[in-house]
Amino acid sequence: MMVPLRAVPDVEEPAATAADGGAGRGLELAFDGVTKAFGDVGVLRGLDLTIPAGQFVAVVGRSGGGKTTLMRLIAGLDSPTGGTIRINGTARRGLQPDVRLLFQEARLLPWQRVLSNVGIARGPGWKERAQALLAEVGLADRAGDWPYVLSGGQKQRVALARALVTEPGILLLDEPFGALDALTRADMHRLLTRVWRQHGFTAILITHDVAEAVALADRVLVLRDGVVADDVAIDIPRNARAAGTPRLAELERRILTAV
Amino acid sequence: MTGLRRGLLPWLLPLALLAGWEVAAKVGWLSARVLPAPSDIAVAFWATLRDGSLPHHVGISAERAFLGLVIGGGLGFALGLINGALPLAEDILDSSLQMLRNVPHLAIIPMVILWFGIGEEAKVFLVAVGVLFPMYLNTFHGIRSVDRGLVEMGRVYGLGPVALYLRVILPGALPNILVGLRYALGIMWLTLIVAETISASSGIGYMTMNAREFLQTDMVLLGIIVYALLGKLADIASRWLERRALDWNPSFHTGLEAA
Repeated sequence: MMVPLRAVPDVEEPAATAADGGAGRGLELAFDGVTKAFGDVGVLRGLDLTIPAGQFVAVVGRSGGGKTTLMRLIAGLDSPTGGTIRINGTARRGLQPDVRLLFQEARLLPWQRVLSNVGIARGPGWKERAQALLAEVGLADRAGDWPYVLSGGQKQRVALARALVTEPGILLLDEPFGALDALTRADMHRLLTRVWRQHGFTAILITHDVAEAVALADRVLVLRDGVVADDVAIDIPRNARAAGTPRLAELERRILTAV
Repeated sequence: MTGLRRGLLPWLLPLALLAGWEVAAKVGWLSARVLPAPSDIAVAFWATLRDGSLPHHVGISAERAFLGLVIGGGLGFALGLINGALPLAEDILDSSLQMLRNVPHLAIIPMVILWFGIGEEAKVFLVAVGVLFPMYLNTFHGIRSVDRGLVEMGRVYGLGPVALYLRVILPGALPNILVGLRYALGIMWLTLIVAETISASSGIGYMTMNAREFLQTDMVLLGIIVYALLGKLADIASRWLERRALDWNPSFHTGLEAA
């Protein structure tokens, strides 16, 4: 448990499809005619959509297209104007204990050390669990540091450990890698893929980077003018994606056109 | 070497002034009525220390200062917490407090003497009124300026209202609260000096006013120096508190990592 995992393994694990989402702790997410309006402005205009348990979905779209609104609805930070959101078949409202959100900025508490940040929800045995998660993201030896000494990538890794410490069924990622440099982002992509396989949560990644979306997800939703304009399955094994196959380029073109 | 130089240089001018003053007083350029020699003040200090009158007066002054700080500062802190957290309380209380704040608290001395005479209550009351507002304003402002993103994170990560207040809002407001405390300490001594000078039968202010009656300039100066030292002591204490409590903040960081 205390073994420091300094670097994220470079080797891609065997081929992945939507079905290999790991331990099966993920939750199914369904939208029935979900709308959201702020005043007269309809941001989401009727979403009907099912995301199977354990799937890795990327949501792409232009800014103002409703991506962040969608995320806040799933997290329970906002309530839909109309329609229902179901998690494993049960309609939900309000904050969801089995949904965790990775923000654009890490949002670590500057006055708590790394370990206490990871174990923010406390509860019995939180220190051991937080330490184990820190080891999983390769930061076991930084448990006693203040957040301000960490780099941007390390902060996001701590935030990832914090999100996973309660074993959520759904993990929302709101462009968490946008501010990172290309190399750090590639590390984070590998790390995210690995923990997604291990923990089996349903992952919903919001991004404006189409290349990131097709590299990570099983499925890409294009959100435009408050509706799903395209729903693209990325039917290429993950270990073949880095090479850049013609099929991948074709999917990427299709998504870019839809956006 | 440079550290030693930087440590000594700031002392050069005060020491030179002190030496010049001593010489001027001993030679007779300065009348002892106007400004007694530093060595005479040292003698007065030693004499009052030995007969116990200096510790007695300092003790009484410190007690008044501390009591006033606890009462007024505690009240200001509590009001800041309540108004920062509850918009209803702010609506009811804040504008009244802002109006009272604009009354210079030393202007109510005649009222205070009418109410309390020259007893202990008068001094403690004045100090309490003086420190209340800086504590209130800075606590209130501190709570209001806590990063909304962190509060939102705390809610998504399952913190209840109490945990959110104790682990996110209060620590986030602490830098401002401590600024308020430092302001309050300054006002505390200032108020006490004025109050003791105008109406008292003990304390440092009384000691100096009494000395003035007998033209004991050395005692008057001793009183002034004691006030300055007490003020400095309070400042050092609050700086120490800041460094201890804000170790997480790089701008207060001492460079010594507490493991």
